[in-house]
Amino acid sequence: MAAQVPALPAIRLTWWIDDPRIRRMLLRLFAAALAVFIGIPLLTLVLWSFAGEWFWPNLIPSQWSLRWWQEVLENPRVTNAMFLSFTIAPVVTLLTALVAIPAGYAFARLDVPFRRTLLLLFLIPNAFPRIGLYVSLAVLYYQIGLIDTYWGIVFLHMIGTMVYMTWITTATFRSIDPHLEEAARDAGASPLRAFFSVVLPLAMPGIIVASLFSFLASVDEAQGTLIVGTPHYITMPVLLYTLISSFQRPVAAVFSVLLALPSLLLLIVAQRYLHSEYVAAGLGRV
Amino acid sequence: MAEVDLRGVSKGYKDTTAVDDLSLHIKDREFVALLGPSGCGKTTTLRMLAGFIRPDSGQILIDGRDVTDVPPERRPTAMVFQSYALWPHMTVADNIAFGLRLRRLPKSEVDDRTARMLEVVGLPGVMRRYPSQLSGGQQQRVALARALVLGPKILLLDEPLSNLDAKLRVRMRDEIRRIQQELQITTVYVTHDQEEALTMADRIAVMNKGILQQVGDALDIYDRPATAFVADFIGSSNLLSGTLRLGGTSAVAQVGEARVPVEADGLPDGAAVTVSARPEDMEVLRAPAPDAFRLEDPRLVNFGAYKRLLGRHPAFGQLEARVPKAFALGKEPVYLRFTRARAFTSDEGDRS
Ligand SMILES: Nc1ncnc2c1ncn2[C@@H]1O[C@H](COP(=O)(O)OP(=O)(O)OP(=O)(O)O)[C@@H](O)[C@H]1O
Ligand SMILES: [Mg+2]
Repeated sequence: MAAQVPALPAIRLTWWIDDPRIRRMLLRLFAAALAVFIGIPLLTLVLWSFAGEWFWPNLIPSQWSLRWWQEVLENPRVTNAMFLSFTIAPVVTLLTALVAIPAGYAFARLDVPFRRTLLLLFLIPNAFPRIGLYVSLAVLYYQIGLIDTYWGIVFLHMIGTMVYMTWITTATFRSIDPHLEEAARDAGASPLRAFFSVVLPLAMPGIIVASLFSFLASVDEAQGTLIVGTPHYITMPVLLYTLISSFQRPVAAVFSVLLALPSLLLLIVAQRYLHSEYVAAGLGRV
Repeated sequence: MAEVDLRGVSKGYKDTTAVDDLSLHIKDREFVALLGPSGCGKTTTLRMLAGFIRPDSGQILIDGRDVTDVPPERRPTAMVFQSYALWPHMTVADNIAFGLRLRRLPKSEVDDRTARMLEVVGLPGVMRRYPSQLSGGQQQRVALARALVLGPKILLLDEPLSNLDAKLRVRMRDEIRRIQQELQITTVYVTHDQEEALTMADRIAVMNKGILQQVGDALDIYDRPATAFVADFIGSSNLLSGTLRLGGTSAVAQVGEARVPVEADGLPDGAAVTVSARPEDMEVLRAPAPDAFRLEDPRLVNFGAYKRLLGRHPAFGQLEARVPKAFALGKEPVYLRFTRARAFTSDEGDRS
């Protein structure tokens, strides 16, 4: 028999990931960086929006005032734009979910032919400069009469939201053990019933996160909306773009806070939902 | 009444035949174990019974009714999954009550039956917990309760104990058997653990590479294996290959230079055979005797309750014999004799 060759100790370059102290430190660092890069600009915006008087080098405004808020909120162009933005975003999100949830499920579970190709196809609108796509879409919209309409903007927003909503839901459905669904069938549930009682609730966190992104993307979209929505359908970010140069800085700040507000609210809601008991339980099992 | 009849059932995948022309009759209230090595098609067979996989050919009958094309939700079967597959977003009570609610039973009855079933599986007082708050053994019991609460005609279990530690496995084994006896339910139990199969089942169906090798009770498959595969897979066996020589009343297998007296029902003279002999069917002698041969390099392995004598023979290769725990090796030679050896055709050995 050949002499036993002592096995070399396996060397992993990622050993430090296993060290809980290093991991904790990295996490803290990451959190701190996030706070600096997102928190400080946001905070500055909030301060500006309430500033009566703020001269360099003071760290905070020397006078406070609600005048900018009043000015912005009393402007009918602003309130109209807000109203439009917040009537478009939910519709975009809902329609996207209606398509992306079944599509994600099909991609995850069924033997869809050319699944990879189809999923990649979904990415194409993101692979090229958006502006070209919007211009050609505008040309098409002129021909079919969708230019400068509510639904024209909704469909344009859906081009972007469909992509990641489908990707996220596909990943979510794929992470759910198919046996859970089979167990429901075994207990007497029809395929549809099994989906609604077992698969959908378990996929909810993923779906909510995806919907959140869709909602925010829609609220945030300016480029394409500007091209196909003017002159009558002006959303918040479009208004911000067109007016930012003619307004004073505090007004722009008020605008920005208004735009950021829904994101913050939704994040808080999502965070509560994502912490609920069974999600933790579900994640614990994986 | 709940009988199962598998008639020539086959299922293939791209490059494998998972189940090959399997026919099996399971009697009312019988506990049948499907036993075989990994990948032999046990799970595939069970899932065809449950309705998750449609056979490529053949029929499945339950109580004489052809259910081959009936979806799982309309079959009178209930399955316990290897991973338990408890719904993590529902409490234990909701997991068990799910099927009852689908049947639109009144709430009082749902609660009643749920509580009663938790008692049957020995797990009262965990109704409001989530599956993740239970131990593996408790999850196992909940999965069993969820399957049984609907009063299925046939209970299907896929290696239900494989995720439990050894001690708990033995306890749950007895428990499942007790519940099966109590409820008088026809049961098909998939396992690759022969001890589980031998101790729990009324009959054992041994499979290999998609082919049903033998169906019989524990004694049948241990004492009268039908193929060399079964002889080797159940318990342990010394396996030799040779040629059958029939002469008058006796049969021997020619293995290299040596000869072994064998039982060879119905095999023709000159057939290529695999000879199988149990370690306990090897007689250990201290002196030469007719038909006995010397064991080279003898050594002992202690198994606590008994010992195994291992060694070599120029024609037979590695051999092993079971000896009492008091047995000891000295300087003097040791001789072995086959007291019972069976010959199987090597064709079948290849097929299996
Ligand atoms: N969905 C599938 N696609 C392709 N091949 C499959 C599929 N399911 C099972 N097989 C193959 O069919 C054969 C039988 O599989 P099966 O799961 O029934 O084995 P098993 O006896 O349950 O094994 P184990 O003890 O490992 O669970 C295996 O060779 C397996 O690779
Ligand atoms: Mg299996």
